[in-house]
Amino acid sequence: MGMSEDESEREARGLGRYERFRGDHPIVVEGLVNRFGEQTIHEDLSLTVNRGEILGVVGGSGTGKSVLMRSIIGLQTPDAGDIEVFGRSITDAEPDENLGLRNRWGVLFQGGALFSTLTVGENVEVPLKQFYPEIEPDLLHEIARYKVVLSGLPEDAVSKYPSELSGGMRKRAGLARALALDPELLFLDEPTAGLDPIGAAKFDRLTRELQQTLGLTVFLITHDLDTLYEICDRVAVLADRRVIAVGTIPELLETDHPWIDEYFNGPRGRAARDSKQRQSDAETMDNPPPGGA
Amino acid sequence: MHEGALYEVEDRGGEGARLVLSGPYLVSTIGAVDQDLRGIERELAVIDLSGVSEIDTVGAWIASSLAARHGAQITGASERAQRLLKAVGQLGEGAEIRPERVPVYLRFPSEVGAIVRELGSGFVGIVGFLGQILVAALGIVRHPSRFRGRALVRQMELVGVSSLPIIGLMSFLIGIVIAQQGAVQLAQFGAETLTINLVGRITLRELGVLMTAIMVAGRSGSAFAAQLGTMKLTEEVDAMRTIGISPIEALVIPRILAAVVMMPLLGFFASCIAIVGGAVIGDLMLGIPFFTFLSRIQEVVPLYDLYVGLAKAPVFGLIVALTGCYQGLQVQGNSEQVGLKTTKAVVQAIFMVIVLDAFFAVFFTEIGWG
Repeated sequence: MGMSEDESEREARGLGRYERFRGDHPIVVEGLVNRFGEQTIHEDLSLTVNRGEILGVVGGSGTGKSVLMRSIIGLQTPDAGDIEVFGRSITDAEPDENLGLRNRWGVLFQGGALFSTLTVGENVEVPLKQFYPEIEPDLLHEIARYKVVLSGLPEDAVSKYPSELSGGMRKRAGLARALALDPELLFLDEPTAGLDPIGAAKFDRLTRELQQTLGLTVFLITHDLDTLYEICDRVAVLADRRVIAVGTIPELLETDHPWIDEYFNGPRGRAARDSKQRQSDAETMDNPPPGGA
Repeated sequence: MHEGALYEVEDRGGEGARLVLSGPYLVSTIGAVDQDLRGIERELAVIDLSGVSEIDTVGAWIASSLAARHGAQITGASERAQRLLKAVGQLGEGAEIRPERVPVYLRFPSEVGAIVRELGSGFVGIVGFLGQILVAALGIVRHPSRFRGRALVRQMELVGVSSLPIIGLMSFLIGIVIAQQGAVQLAQFGAETLTINLVGRITLRELGVLMTAIMVAGRSGSAFAAQLGTMKLTEEVDAMRTIGISPIEALVIPRILAAVVMMPLLGFFASCIAIVGGAVIGDLMLGIPFFTFLSRIQEVVPLYDLYVGLAKAPVFGLIVALTGCYQGLQVQGNSEQVGLKTTKAVVQAIFMVIVLDAFFAVFFTEIGWG
């Protein structure tokens, strides 16, 4: 039973391959240049994202974090440079072009960007219907429901409209839509901005859990120092129109770039580090790791 | 070519059947087998995932809901599959994705009822809104420094000056149509010269102001509704309130005042241009010289025709601006509402204008300005 589908038909529908990406670097950006009129946002920016990591992207306001994300997902055509996603160059792609990649990533925009005239459940169904029209309504509704639950919303949220949700719930609903197609790559644009500290911490934990369970690679733009300390495997710092450093936080602290120093050693940076320190001390005392590592 | 998701049911004697899944069980491949799997009627005891090459949450969901329905055991799940199975878990009795629709035989009367109720509450609402505006206007009279002169001038420019070209063009064409069609009919009685009376009286008394009101409703009434609606959505209106600025004073009164002041001017302008249009046709078709046509207007049109037109104009302006601002401030929730309320503002304004125009026609005739 079952059926095999013609590869060309999959192409026509803008679908990628069945297999998950096996390479090491799902995103490779090289020599990226972005300009808006006179203003240069990125100049010779390069960045490589490892498979299966959560990469935090930080930088002052206006350093082009969101522009970098938009370039990678093909919403912004760069002036120069090369961007490869899943080993495919998307530099010359038009914003609406059929890339064969769009079903392999999910994007959570800053405000959630939910379709305001659809319920949360219908929002989750939109990408599914777009890429897989053959899925029957029964299954479609079930998928929408478990994705909503997976994103940490109560099940009855599926029938609510975005205007009936709080800011935090809207972000979770946006996350459910971003996860609708079981992507391999997840883009999060300031997911914890505007959330209360408890909500933000929960969202961090959710991101971590989903990343581990679903085997995601996460590209996470944030201003939230706690998020960086809690869940990011590596952090990329945007300044002076390029990525000035990538690495774990201890590695970053060893570079002596003034911005990085101010960022991580300012009062907020220290507070976040101390809280992380206290937390891991407590964990170590509760369950001493075997071998003392 | 690529293999899709496959399944096979193996009988195992008395122990209950064994479902063997193989191939990729992904959101992209599941569509082909989902219905078949749901349709399995035999009792399953074991679901074997060892042949599954790739799995995502959709595949895990299918396996776990099948297992739950048949009370079957899942075996051979890879480490990733186990994680996913745990993550998708089970759902309770699901809430509906879209709230259930009422059956047609109930929906029709309920919608009629809703429309009637809305008409009533809309009327009450708009009268209340008018009251709010009057109170705010009295406040401004007492504290003239709160009056927003610059906003008023800006709105007068938008409502009045910038609509001159389109209203002029429209009126000119209407003048031409009336004169040309009128002349054809009147020629049957040999009364072509009465075309002058026709054009002069109908434009000054009725059409100039009425057509202008319709144009202003479409141009400015809709703009009011869309602007205020968007400001409501982006919380600008709330921001104003918290700073202590009354949105009625700052947003509504300048717009209403601008419409009330500009409408008579626009209406008069429209009537004049329509007469010019009529005079052009008179010159070309009827052999009445252009300036003779204009001077005859003075003789055949009673002055009260002008008064009738000018008296109606501010009322029409008030109605157009009032519905526009009212509907704009009713916007709530999402962007679709802005469109809906804008449409409503224009439709209501034009409807009210025409209804009132009928009342005015009867009224002015009764008082002897016929």
